[in-house]
Amino acid sequence: MLLCEAKTITVGVSKKCSTIQQALLLASKGDSIVVSSGNYHEKNMIVKKQITLIGIDYPVLDGEYKYEIISIKASGTIIQGFKIIRSGISSMEDFAGIKIYECRDVIIRNNILENTFFGIYTQYGTNCTIEKNKLTASNSEEQQSGNGIHCWKSDSMRIIGNTITGHRDGIYFEFVTNSVIWRNDSEKNLRYGLHFMFSSNDSYIGNIFKNNGAGVSVMFSHDVKMIHNYFEENWGDGSYGILLKEISDGYIENNRFVKNTVGIYLEGTSRIKMSANVFEKNGWAMKIQASCMDITVTGNNFINNTFDMATNGSLVLNTFNGNYWDKYEGYDLNKDHIGDVPYRPVSMYSVIIEKNPPAMMLFRSFMTTLLDKTEKVLPSITPENFKDAFPLMKPLSL
Amino acid sequence: MKKIIKYVIIDILRNKIMIAYTVFLLVLSFSIFSLEDNSAKGLLGLLNIILIIVPLVSIIFSTIYVYNSAEFIELLVSQPLKRKTIWMSLFTGLSSSMVLAFLIGTGIPVLIYQPDITGFMMIIIGVLLSVIFVAIAMLATVKTRDKAKGIGIAILLWLYFSLLFDGFVLFLVFQFSDYPVEKLMVTVSMFNPLDLARIMILLKMDVSALMGYTGAVFKDFFGTEIGMGLSFTVLLLWTIVPVWFSIRKFNTKDL
Repeated sequence: MLLCEAKTITVGVSKKCSTIQQALLLASKGDSIVVSSGNYHEKNMIVKKQITLIGIDYPVLDGEYKYEIISIKASGTIIQGFKIIRSGISSMEDFAGIKIYECRDVIIRNNILENTFFGIYTQYGTNCTIEKNKLTASNSEEQQSGNGIHCWKSDSMRIIGNTITGHRDGIYFEFVTNSVIWRNDSEKNLRYGLHFMFSSNDSYIGNIFKNNGAGVSVMFSHDVKMIHNYFEENWGDGSYGILLKEISDGYIENNRFVKNTVGIYLEGTSRIKMSANVFEKNGWAMKIQASCMDITVTGNNFINNTFDMATNGSLVLNTFNGNYWDKYEGYDLNKDHIGDVPYRPVSMYSVIIEKNPPAMMLFRSFMTTLLDKTEKVLPSITPENFKDAFPLMKPLSL
Repeated sequence: MKKIIKYVIIDILRNKIMIAYTVFLLVLSFSIFSLEDNSAKGLLGLLNIILIIVPLVSIIFSTIYVYNSAEFIELLVSQPLKRKTIWMSLFTGLSSSMVLAFLIGTGIPVLIYQPDITGFMMIIIGVLLSVIFVAIAMLATVKTRDKAKGIGIAILLWLYFSLLFDGFVLFLVFQFSDYPVEKLMVTVSMFNPLDLARIMILLKMDVSALMGYTGAVFKDFFGTEIGMGLSFTVLLLWTIVPVWFSIRKFNTKDL
């Protein structure tokens, strides 16, 4: 009965309504508003009723660098097909292209956002879908730029197939639970490609994080699953493929870490399983601090990294068995494809550089090669228990 | 001058040691590339050849060659030829044949297996190092009359540049670990052609690791066009200065 009453309002130059604001006033719960292409300077549009807002040929909603463009305050709202540009920039308020306030079941789909402060912002959202949006920002200062997709105190969110570039953090999660981040492409953001804080029971799967200022950071959370992601070209000091800080009970599986300064940096992390990952051409595949425990690294490929591992102490409470290391020089007499002598992934020179960074200048010189070889024969400064007792002879096909 | 260079080159190229050196480099380079499953590890092996074997052979072969041609030099000096011309032709002949051997022995395999920027960098650096160590050998020979002593000095110089200098630098780094010595390190590296050569190759090979804090200091300097230009200039100076000093010495030397 309700369904029959739902009507469609069209907005356009020669249509019944010439502005979206007008249509929003006319519409009642469950209606659709179809917006034809054109430029709309509507200031702040507040959606207070459950409406489906559809743009045809990407009508442009311009915030003139002054306003938040769409504020959603009704559950079940759908927004799709708009080009949203130039939201307000403020250090007092978090202006966003689209902001969801305390509601549920909102769908934001197929929009293009350009030069918005925050792109899509959710606070106290539940069961919302943010899908196939394309977000681009071009500010060069972190203060002048907000996060692409920002979720705060939300639950059961689905962030799927978005492309985010040039924002402060590509995707930002704080106090977000039971959510999934799937197949997004977060590149060239100023700070992190993905930033996780106090967000537990989430998964991120099949995303690409490339060339972000500081890579990806996951902090103070538990039960996070990281599967099938690409972490590439996150270069610089303090830039990591993934930074894990105070994380417990997670999985890192089937990811690729290519050409990062540090593939994974772990600090105060416990009970993480890492398997079937590929570490290739990184400066350090992993930096694992002595404050970590019960990390299991098994069945990964370590290929062409400058250093495989580095650590800052001699305490080792983690296991590293059954990986393939291209620097392994042992033998396999019984032909079971497992090396007969253990591999020590922390080279002496990585210990020296950890303590004394300028020594990097002498890396790969004749003398440091000699030092490394001596250390292999008579381990003295590398941690005794930091070893792979069953190194694989051949790389795994991953 | 051209005639003397021609005689020197022909003489060296007929030398069995030179042919052996070329073949050795060729076999080593090819086997490194074909044994390793990824070419990046091959490059690492090649780096060791360029930084250890090329300087060693260059300096020792040139020293011995100059001592052995003492009579030939005396003969030339008795002719109406400038001493500078004789010495320069000797240097040119020696260095061009060392470069030729290197280009055939290592250049060809690199061009086949790794024809990218890292490979080209290695070839350029290898060529420069060949010439630099010929120049250093010329200076060592002109300073000492005794052949055994001269060869000893050449070996010591090689040992110094490839091992002792780095040990000394590492010692300094640890002694001054409380101070910001990154920029000083850049300057110190100028005093050893091998260090400079190694850093320039590292910038192409281990670029991910070098993007870390200290590495970034090196990258900011050596990675820029000015830094690159300066490094090559310093490497050229490492050729010109020893040759210039040896000419001065040779001009007044009592043969």
